[in-house]
Amino acid sequence: MIGEFIDGPLWYFSLTAFVIGVVWRIVSIVRAGVRPDLSIARGSAGRGAMRTIFSRFVPERTVTTRSRLQLIAGYMFHVGLLILLFFAQPHIDFIAERITGLSWPAVPHWVFIVAAEFAFAGLILLWLHRVLNPVTRLLSDMDDHIGSILVFLVMLTGCLALAQSHEALRLIHLFLAEVFLIYFPFSKLMHAFTFVMSRGYTGATMGRKGVNA
Amino acid sequence: MSEQFEQGVAVLRDQIDARISSYLTSCVHCGICAEACLFYTETNDPRYTPIHKVEPLKKLWQAENTFWGKLGKSLGLIKPLTESDFADWEQLVYDSCTLCGRCSMVCPVGNDITYMIRKIREGFSVAGYAPDGMKEATKRALTIGSPMGVTFKTVQAALAHVEKDTGLKIPIDRQNAEYMTLFSSMEIVNFPEYIESIAKIFDAAGVSWTISSQAFEATNSGIQIGNKEAAAELVGRVVKAAEGLGIKYVVSPECGHAYTAIRWEGPNLIGRPYDFEVVHILELLDKLKAEGRIKLEGKDDTPMTLHDPCQIVRRGGVVDPPRNLLHSVADHFTEMTDHGVMNWCCGGGGGVSANERAEELRLKSFDRKKHQLEELGVNTMVTACANCRIILEEGLEHHEMDTEVISLTELLAEHLVSGKTPN
Repeated sequence: MIGEFIDGPLWYFSLTAFVIGVVWRIVSIVRAGVRPDLSIARGSAGRGAMRTIFSRFVPERTVTTRSRLQLIAGYMFHVGLLILLFFAQPHIDFIAERITGLSWPAVPHWVFIVAAEFAFAGLILLWLHRVLNPVTRLLSDMDDHIGSILVFLVMLTGCLALAQSHEALRLIHLFLAEVFLIYFPFSKLMHAFTFVMSRGYTGATMGRKGVNA
Repeated sequence: MSEQFEQGVAVLRDQIDARISSYLTSCVHCGICAEACLFYTETNDPRYTPIHKVEPLKKLWQAENTFWGKLGKSLGLIKPLTESDFADWEQLVYDSCTLCGRCSMVCPVGNDITYMIRKIREGFSVAGYAPDGMKEATKRALTIGSPMGVTFKTVQAALAHVEKDTGLKIPIDRQNAEYMTLFSSMEIVNFPEYIESIAKIFDAAGVSWTISSQAFEATNSGIQIGNKEAAAELVGRVVKAAEGLGIKYVVSPECGHAYTAIRWEGPNLIGRPYDFEVVHILELLDKLKAEGRIKLEGKDDTPMTLHDPCQIVRRGGVVDPPRNLLHSVADHFTEMTDHGVMNWCCGGGGGVSANERAEELRLKSFDRKKHQLEELGVNTMVTACANCRIILEEGLEHHEMDTEVISLTELLAEHLVSGKTPN
């Protein structure tokens, strides 16, 4: 009964909430508007925006030493998570069946295991850094912790459900993923989309000035 | 809650545009910006983390623009912004930020944190939460015409000395001149050699130029304190004078924030584009050199390095001209490890130098520049900002360092081949 609810209505509700919520948040930001810049541009805002959207994937040398742990853990977590999310066979099957009807090749099992280990290690290190480092401890709020814990639980149950031999584990994983989807638009998890906007706005401003940001 | 505070909050609310909304939505509190801020790196005090300085703005945005904020506010779980928030953050916003923009270069989600701090100052200054030194400087700029109280009579006295020393006539209020040159009060009072250098170089290059008796001051305290009306008034004076004289180009002097004010923020402050263009003195000198209108002779074999003024280079985009020019007169020009758009600030920009309360912290933050110089082992530092120059000299003296600070324009004038070049 509960399983059917998680597998059916709750899934569609959470997906709808996620899509509408994300679109709503993005539209709200764009609607806040940016005042036109009347100064004469030295360079191209468009090229500046594109440049910064991609260049910030690589950290500046000035922070690579003292922020080494965070940077490495950040890459481990994000790359690992993307592989788990989009290249694990059960996810590809699920997406094909429930959303797009399209499928693509999955990564081999050993890649999945390595990606999972990277993602877990990265997330745990990032969270430990968050609670132990004086700077991040000062900055962090409830949203940061809820986001981290939710992602951790979704990944943990996902790995436990991997064998797909226990329906209960699969349902728990799906339920947590649904909670995650519903929480997503109301949280800092939105950075997964809005980082393009924040990088773009800064890159455009700096690009007009002729600065590679 | 006072009326003035409410006005400040209203101004702060008005700053929240799409840029700021995207920044606050994207920030994941990673704290990496701390490592780019000299106030943090030299003190290890987490309060100086750049993104922490925008907390009042974030609090307002959260309460009024997010689901949880609105819910919490309606349930009474979230407290609105109070005067104590402004009082608690005033020193973080003004004393421990030079608006140098270094944090904005390292944020993984691309947040322009400096832009947000600059915008927070708008609300704080309206609410009355700004350092006395900056308030006084802004008042002097509006009433006397200069943050240091310099009048045109003082300028005339300085120009008389320049004319006597150079034998050149300094043009005042010349109609339809191609260039109108601005100066910072600090140049007029502390570094008149800069004016002398400009006069010699422009004479050699056959530049048609003038100084306006109505608008000689380049600095803009309104930008630093965050008072939009004051900033617009100060820019407006320059625009009125330049357009009245039929000027083609206004030359921003060796002053960092003056360039940001007149070049990038000015048109937006007065709400229209200018009838003239703005050029930084280093851009102009580089252009004159490239066109062969100024010729330089001899190269200095003293080892030299360049201190990049943040507002001219990182926030202004004048990155290559100072390097081109310095290479043309210095045989041993060596860059510091972090240079160009990733330079470290002198510690006194963004109005910090006008804020007496911040002096101890400013001198502490100078440890970063001290470290850079010691690492490089060079005892001559060239720069192109009068404010940087004063701050650097103070820091060097404080640390009893034997390093000379010189102006790039003055250095070029020393190597100038005298005699006019055909225009």
